[in-house]
Amino acid sequence: MKINDRDQLLDEIRQLEFMAVELNLYLDNNPNDQRAVRDYNSFTKQLMAVKDEYQRRYGPLSNFGTALSQFPWAWINDPWPWDID
Amino acid sequence: MWIYEKKLQFPIKIKNPNPQMATLVVSQYGGPDGELAASLRYLSQRYIMPIPEGKGLLTDIGTEELAHFEMVGAMVYQLMKGASAEEIKASGAGPYFTDHGRGVYPTAAAGSPFTAAYIQSKGDPIADLNEDLAAEQKARGTYEWLLRMADDPDVIEPLKFLRQREIVHYQRFGELLMKVQDYLESKKYF
Repeated sequence: MKINDRDQLLDEIRQLEFMAVELNLYLDNNPNDQRAVRDYNSFTKQLMAVKDEYQRRYGPLSNFGTALSQFPWAWINDPWPWDID
Repeated sequence: MWIYEKKLQFPIKIKNPNPQMATLVVSQYGGPDGELAASLRYLSQRYIMPIPEGKGLLTDIGTEELAHFEMVGAMVYQLMKGASAEEIKASGAGPYFTDHGRGVYPTAAAGSPFTAAYIQSKGDPIADLNEDLAAEQKARGTYEWLLRMADDPDVIEPLKFLRQREIVHYQRFGELLMKVQDYLESKKYF
């Protein structure tokens, strides 16, 4: 299966979000770890930038007022996450 | 409030259908140690957590479990997709196909439908967190049995990712249990 630009961007998002999830769970128990908060914020900023880029090119990743939509309404567009493409 | 993200936490792209494997993997969708049970358990238990660390961790792990629920659902869907009824019958997945076709239904591998009896919410944070530690180990065990039966890398890789997440959650719950114990002890002597 060939890796296209979309999958590549999605992988970047997944990797950054994985770092954010891991740090988030750690920080829930260790809210006073300054270095971890700094790392969390740094990954979050990078994640937001890559998500913006993805959404400009491929449509919204999230709904209910968390991302702008192209016209026509782009939220319902294929592929959905379980589609093989 | 929850917001849906239109992507999987870890990619699932299963190229070759395997209906029998679908009816085994589905246990982590709706079985006794599955992701739906995990999510419901933590999201129900969080209300009575006595410290903010607990409210946060149970909310966040409960949310991550929903992402895993979706991953397992995608695996079941892709493993059934494209298999003919004949192939399904020959593979041993006939009983599942009879009741659910190629749909995704929360059931244990042996056929029991999902039930909230798989979880407890005791109103006691120590009891609940001990259950959560056991639940993560049981889920890890299930992923290990599934990995022993899987032979397709497209199936093995996500199962390995999910197994690893159980271990991380177990560690975080262990740390939280100690914090809650310390908090309850400190209250006793004041």
